[in-house]
Amino acid sequence: MTNWIDIGTIADIPRLGARTVETALGQVAVFRTAEDEVFALINKCPHKNGPLSEGIVMGRKVACPLHNWVIDLNSGHADAPDEGCTTPLALKDEGGRLLLGLDAVAAVAHG
Amino acid sequence: MNSVPRQRLVVIGNGMAGMRTVEELLARAPVRYDITVFGAEPHPNYNRIMLSSVLAGEKQIDDIIINPRAWYTQNAITLHAGDAVIGIDAKTKTVTAASGLRVAYDKLLLATGSKPLMPPLPGLDLPGIVTFRDIADIDKMLAAAEAKQRAVVIGGGLLGLEAAWGLKRRGMPVALVHLMPTLMERQLDTEAGTLLQRDLDERGLHFFTSGQTERIIGSERAEGVALADGRTVPGDLVVVAIGIRPNVDMGKAADVDINRGILVGDDMATSDPDIYAVGECVEHNGQVFGLVAPIWEQAKVCAARLAGDTVASYVTPALSTRLKITGIDVFSAGKLAAEDDGDEEVVFRDAAKGVYRKLVVRGNRLVGAVLYGDVADGGWYFDLIKGNKDVAEMRDRLIFGQGFADQDCCGGSKAGLNVAAMTDDTQVCGCNGVSKGAIVKAIGEKGLTTLDEVRAHTKASASCGMCTPTVQAILSFVTGSDAAAPEVMCKCTDHGHDHVRHAILDQRLKTMADLREALGWKTADGCAKCRPALNYYLLCAWPGEYVDDYRSRFINERVHANIQKDGTYSVIPRMWGGVTTPAELRAIADVADKFNIPTVKVTGGQRIDLLGVKKQDLPAVWGDLNQAGLVSGHGYAKGLRTVKTCVGSEWCRFGTQDSTALGIKLEKMMWGSWTPHKVKLAVSGCPRNCAEATIKDIGIICVEAGYDMVIGGNGGIEVRVTDPLTRLTTEAEVLEYSAAFMQLYREEGHYLERTAPYLERVGLAHIKARILEDDAGRKALYARFLFAQSFAQDDPWAERAGGGVDAHEFQSLAVVS
Repeated sequence: MTNWIDIGTIADIPRLGARTVETALGQVAVFRTAEDEVFALINKCPHKNGPLSEGIVMGRKVACPLHNWVIDLNSGHADAPDEGCTTPLALKDEGGRLLLGLDAVAAVAHG
Repeated sequence: MNSVPRQRLVVIGNGMAGMRTVEELLARAPVRYDITVFGAEPHPNYNRIMLSSVLAGEKQIDDIIINPRAWYTQNAITLHAGDAVIGIDAKTKTVTAASGLRVAYDKLLLATGSKPLMPPLPGLDLPGIVTFRDIADIDKMLAAAEAKQRAVVIGGGLLGLEAAWGLKRRGMPVALVHLMPTLMERQLDTEAGTLLQRDLDERGLHFFTSGQTERIIGSERAEGVALADGRTVPGDLVVVAIGIRPNVDMGKAADVDINRGILVGDDMATSDPDIYAVGECVEHNGQVFGLVAPIWEQAKVCAARLAGDTVASYVTPALSTRLKITGIDVFSAGKLAAEDDGDEEVVFRDAAKGVYRKLVVRGNRLVGAVLYGDVADGGWYFDLIKGNKDVAEMRDRLIFGQGFADQDCCGGSKAGLNVAAMTDDTQVCGCNGVSKGAIVKAIGEKGLTTLDEVRAHTKASASCGMCTPTVQAILSFVTGSDAAAPEVMCKCTDHGHDHVRHAILDQRLKTMADLREALGWKTADGCAKCRPALNYYLLCAWPGEYVDDYRSRFINERVHANIQKDGTYSVIPRMWGGVTTPAELRAIADVADKFNIPTVKVTGGQRIDLLGVKKQDLPAVWGDLNQAGLVSGHGYAKGLRTVKTCVGSEWCRFGTQDSTALGIKLEKMMWGSWTPHKVKLAVSGCPRNCAEATIKDIGIICVEAGYDMVIGGNGGIEVRVTDPLTRLTTEAEVLEYSAAFMQLYREEGHYLERTAPYLERVGLAHIKARILEDDAGRKALYARFLFAQSFAQDDPWAERAGGGVDAHEFQSLAVVS
């Protein structure tokens, strides 16, 4: 069972921007693209743990503010030639309400 | 007048193929025929290939008209535009139009083109479904784009991709459904098709490949499409662009032989010797046509035959294709892959740069080429394929292009083209059949100096534009002008910084969206490299008008603090000229205690840095500092940082002038300004230079006789000592000259270029000419700087400490356990 938690509305996140959500596992970054798609990632760049929520969002990617690694919002993978991955989380937009799926986090937290 | 009575030629179809034939005919036999043209569309003859550019907003309808109405008049051609022919009587040799008009002919030319191929889908008759064929279709699509609806394009070939990209450029969200696993599979191999999809995906198109459309959703009007695998794609506009089929209606009416198209022989005549056919409506040797090059060839042969030539015969030339999506460069010709053991593939791949090349070699001949990303050598490869040339000698260098393959060593020109090595009969422009020799001749004879002039005089690169780099290289080669490409800003554009800055002013571009559209940006949102640069350039060009796009700023400039490696921030209040007071120091100490700030450090710029502040504490920290009169020191900005001073004549026994007060005046004038990169100043009270003014962007060194102004210093990775600019006599002059230099750097510097490399790029002589030798120019620069400052000097901390500006930046969206 996925545990869907209402974290707010899409309007709370600026277009091409991000907000953070505090969870048991640490901070989660939730992103909104220019086309109103939303994505959630653990807020740590695979390189040096930079807060991805503070990066510049472009297309479906974000540039980490610390050293400009570019991370795919959907997969969490770094763009080549960099290598690494941060954990993506399920996030649904249901009529403007954003629901974060936290079972993956729980599994990691207890596993 | 001619004594021989003229024959009557009737042309059905006012499109590219028909009118090209008429043009060729007029060139060969201007008085042989009285010509009547029927066209179903109510427009003069236009370039259908460029409709995608009209859709994308890169061209207007007027730009793509090939022959205006005046051309018909001048050539005594009777045009019936908007009056379709509905009947042909081959026995009495007459045609009948929808209006009832009947016209007799001696020779008839069918050039009715093609119809969009329509899949057998339920719901295709609903409103909201369009094809991509003519100006009326474009009008429908633009109306939908205006209403900001969503589009679904069915078909991932040339036509579908160009339609999708055009709609995307018009601001519509676009999804594209393609039956096959990769795009443009008839022109590209899997790898190039995959790269294409990746690049277009990055630009915001959404793809549903391997998607078989099952039906159109919607009852009153189209609401999307349903795919056979259960996926649904919502959309208010559905564009069907899966291909074309020859329009054979007139062939049926004339009762000539028809298969897939109207059958023609090598002489372009149908089964009725007085009826000819050219273009997309014909079938020749089992082949039908959709690209322009073979159709131009047909027009040539048909015109020769109509002019009385009995020998001219048509052979389908080798074909090459190109996709017209600005910034996406794709080329293919001949075979896409090895077909048997005798064929060999040579592949070059640079994934990071997005460059891919595949050549197919059979024996010692090149038989196919697929290029992605860098297509400058497309024309050359195409020549090798068409010419069936022996490539054994250069086989090992062939993949690197003409610049390398034609030479013994690696000496190719920068553009990857070796113009000198091209023979005069090398065809440069495939659309219009223009050779290198013809271009060189026109440049020489007519004194052409620009690409547009070469286009106007030779038609080279005037149709699809694929050969533009080659034509440019030839122009540079002949005129000797520098063809070296400027350094591009980033992967989103082919333009350099200077070009972008000039375009902003020349074309009065005032928003990021307009700018990216006008300059053909390759990505929808830009990237972390170009967005901050464009934001700065617009801010600098239009002070007071341009609204800062804070989403295009690096985090430090967005939250007005400096991000540290652990995600906390540093806070540096401004200390004017490095001077502080006990009250300010107390406020700083209190803030450090109250918010548990772990480190308090004196900076190199004579200020105090509070390190390790949590993001959510920033507004409160700023609020407390504001209470004591402290404002942002912009220690995080590409803007004015510090003005370092010594104590000068006020205290020092060696001081010559009041360097501290002058430093404070400079800082009060310049604080809050945005610049291409950070700017640091210093004012030293005597030549001992305790404020280290000779490694600053602007340094002032006080002497008994006045003030020495030095510029372009840097104490960073590469230490650079300033260049002396001039000696000034009053403080007012120091302020004016410093502000003028600052403004010159603001207007000419490339984003992230410090004054030191800027100065080396433009040269000290240039700076002197602008600041010292042009009094009016300097005063104008000074005035522009002060004008820009009138919008810049608001303390960003105060704006945020009050909870007003960007409050969301400093709070979590939610806390969940």
